[in-house]
Amino acid sequence: MKLHTIQLKINDEQQTVTVRSGDTLLYTIRKQLGLTGAKPGCLNGDCGACTIHVDGWPMKSCLMMAVEGEGKQITTIEGLKDTPIQQAFVQHFAFQCGYCTPGFIMNGHSLLQKKPDADDSTIKEWLESNICRCTSYSEIEKAIKFALEKNKSS
Amino acid sequence: MEVIGKSVIRKEAQDKVTGQAQYTHDYHTSKKLSGRVVLSPYGHARILSIDTTDARKVPGVRAIITGEQLPLTGESMRDRPPLATDKVRYHGEAVAIVVADTPNQGDLAASLIQIQYEVLPVVHTPTQAFQQNSPLVHEHLGEYEREKDVYPVPGTNIAHHVKIRKGNMEKGWGESSVTVEGDYSFSPSDHAAMETRSSTAEITPDGTIKIITSSQAPFMVKQLIASYFDEDIGKIVVDTPLVGGAYGGKASVQLEILAYLSSRAVGGRAVEIFNEREQDMMMSPSHIGLDAKIKIGADHSGVIKAMEIQFLWDGGAYSDKAIDLTRAGAVDCTGPYKVDHVWCDSYCMYTNHTYAAPFRGFSHSELSFAVERTLDLLAKKLNMDPLELRERNAIQPGHTTPTRVLLNQSNVGNLQECISKLRTLIRWEEGPVREINERLVRVKGVSCSWKTSTIDSNAPSGVILTFNRDGSINLMSGVVEIGTGTKTVLAQILAEKLKMDVDKIHVRMTVDTQTTPEHWKTVASRGIYMAGRALLEAADDVIAQLKEIASIVLRAPIEDLEVAHMKVFTRDDPRISVDFKDICYGYQYPNGNSIGGQIIGRGNFILRHLSHLDPETGEGNPGPEWTVAAYGVEVEFDRRDLTYRLIKAASVIDIGIVLNEKAALGQVMGAMSMGLSFAGRETFYYDEFGRVLNPQLRTYRPIRYGENPEYLVDFVYTPDLQAAYGARGVGEHGLLGMPSALGNALSLAANVSLHHLPLTPELIWKTKAGNV
Ligand code: FES
Ligand code: FES
Repeated sequence: MKLHTIQLKINDEQQTVTVRSGDTLLYTIRKQLGLTGAKPGCLNGDCGACTIHVDGWPMKSCLMMAVEGEGKQITTIEGLKDTPIQQAFVQHFAFQCGYCTPGFIMNGHSLLQKKPDADDSTIKEWLESNICRCTSYSEIEKAIKFALEKNKSS
Repeated sequence: MEVIGKSVIRKEAQDKVTGQAQYTHDYHTSKKLSGRVVLSPYGHARILSIDTTDARKVPGVRAIITGEQLPLTGESMRDRPPLATDKVRYHGEAVAIVVADTPNQGDLAASLIQIQYEVLPVVHTPTQAFQQNSPLVHEHLGEYEREKDVYPVPGTNIAHHVKIRKGNMEKGWGESSVTVEGDYSFSPSDHAAMETRSSTAEITPDGTIKIITSSQAPFMVKQLIASYFDEDIGKIVVDTPLVGGAYGGKASVQLEILAYLSSRAVGGRAVEIFNEREQDMMMSPSHIGLDAKIKIGADHSGVIKAMEIQFLWDGGAYSDKAIDLTRAGAVDCTGPYKVDHVWCDSYCMYTNHTYAAPFRGFSHSELSFAVERTLDLLAKKLNMDPLELRERNAIQPGHTTPTRVLLNQSNVGNLQECISKLRTLIRWEEGPVREINERLVRVKGVSCSWKTSTIDSNAPSGVILTFNRDGSINLMSGVVEIGTGTKTVLAQILAEKLKMDVDKIHVRMTVDTQTTPEHWKTVASRGIYMAGRALLEAADDVIAQLKEIASIVLRAPIEDLEVAHMKVFTRDDPRISVDFKDICYGYQYPNGNSIGGQIIGRGNFILRHLSHLDPETGEGNPGPEWTVAAYGVEVEFDRRDLTYRLIKAASVIDIGIVLNEKAALGQVMGAMSMGLSFAGRETFYYDEFGRVLNPQLRTYRPIRYGENPEYLVDFVYTPDLQAAYGARGVGEHGLLGMPSALGNALSLAANVSLHHLPLTPELIWKTKAGNV
């Protein structure tokens, strides 16, 4: 089995890891770096629980190989501190079990940065890639819209 | 009230939005081995041989386990080998486990295990299973060890039969001038919790069995492993961290057994069994399917006189929790209506499907679909408003349930008030049908539900309270935080009772069966109901101890003392007081003398007056209270292509009292969402070999963001006098009426009678064409 030693820049820290060619980024950040905020939900690109940021854009980390992460800016939920979207999720009860939450927050946070003027259809386009089984989604919608508003006014 | 009813932020909120919240699979030790499971590729087949020679040669493989010699398991009847032995009974059944250093090595070895099968005829539906000439799923049904109130019929596929015989059917039909009947069916589906199940087991040199598992029933894991494998129960410690969604699916004990067997096979080293999504959907227990027949008789004014009901539950290959599901369906079989003459046969059927776990609502959304669709048929035949028909027959204090429990002001909610609030909420006065244009029409459907919780009649719940040196309190309860916010609500109850700041109450989020007092299982909307009462008793215990020592310090009789704001003080002059922090670890006089000592509060609760059901008539008291609710769903239906959009969904639930407003709304709306998803799109599809065709979230597609309707929720407040602050169970109820209300709306919209789930455009099209 071929192993590669690579450099990953995660949450503004340089990390050296040795990985197999077949290791996904999700597997590597969880297993080797102990960043367990990104969750395995399907390992197949269907649920969004593993969403992280790669160069500021949301990416399903189960669909990316660890070796592809070299030279990229990677951010996981552990890299977000008290952002408007996190606050909004707390205030609006936008989670219950919390398992889908890191994925939704990463997706939402990126939306705030990339599409500050997002309308309903853009929000839907972005968020329909994630599944939440506990909430009714209306709580998540409220949280996202609240954060977008706040973002605009600040 | 100060704290009760407020939307107090969840205690674990910060952890959950920062990625710090830990679930079972997030805990890892570097030395953990990986257990990979080999699954059956067929629904029903004889195992001719298993050859592990090549698999054993893979580097990193530490053990390979196959099924011979293992004891049978199963909660009410032991009919399930942990690993299939002579034959496989469902697609995805566990046949062997490879324990290896890494998952990859395990997968490679698993793919090299050679298993020869001889395919057997498949039992596809409970109706087929019920026929006399059906192939048998279990040939030795009579030999299984079982609890004494389980009634299997050897030589058939009937694992259990519950009978309800109330009143006199002949009389009931005689009084009926109108009768309607309907047959209904739907296949099993899945809970699809976002966290798939996982369990890790380790056996330390002193024989302690440590299990970490994603479960709603850690105490049951401990009990069952001790009993199946004859282990010392005191040496089993089960840890349950936060659980990433459960909905009943994690109340069954399965992976824990596989993890325990794996660890045992490698000398006690830690082994993790982690379900990937396909395995979670196929191997682990699913959401039960049902074939039902309902017949209702009523007089001209719409008063229901008789109901005859047959449920054939699709329990799947093993009976496990399906036995209880069969009973739960029977005890509330009529829906929330007064019916004097009831005949119900509820059968737990074996089929070649994945066996069933509880699913949020425990048989009630399923039975509701059949009963409430038939009520709409009755309304149509009588030419009566469907809500009025329901109101006329609504269950009330003074009536009896199918198992002849006499209802009173406390043990049943107020359904008529739910119905009347629903009318306003969904603007029923506009009528059920609103034309938009030639193509589109907006249609409303309604339904009602009730539910009691048929849990074990001796199920316990306990709470322990300890103090910190600053007078703040630690709250320990065995309720698992599965996402419902129960731990936070318990803190609110305690804060209310002690009149203190909820931030000064620290809840223990995780459960470990050695140091957390037992809470039977976190199921059946009974978390707050039972733990809330145990907590109130523990709070009283703490108050008594605080007052006892304060009375000495303050030189005042106990009767004159009050507790609030983390102080004990005299009622007439609150300035005469002592802080919790100065007495909770004993009081020290200036000269060093000390009195009292550490204060530890304890409380427990057990449900009262529950009883077993009579095997011939079903008479008995199955549960503590009936929560009632009324529902409406509005769809926009497209007459051209038979598609529809969910516009609004409404629930009015008699909740007793709201303990945490946003948490309660979240529970209700989340349950509604799950109900609509189950109703409209979720099912397993099978081929002729009984193979599941869609065990993935891209082919099994729950509702996603933006596909949801607008949710409307209202409450009625009839307190349950047995419950803490009167609160009724509410975690499941938003779901119960969704499939039936959606079915009723779409049947009206498409002008057909829909009798199956999920309610897809294709089903509507096939029904119209007369070919389902
Ligand atoms: S785990 Fe990556 S999308 Fe589901
Ligand atoms: S909060 Fe449980 S899946 Fe979203």
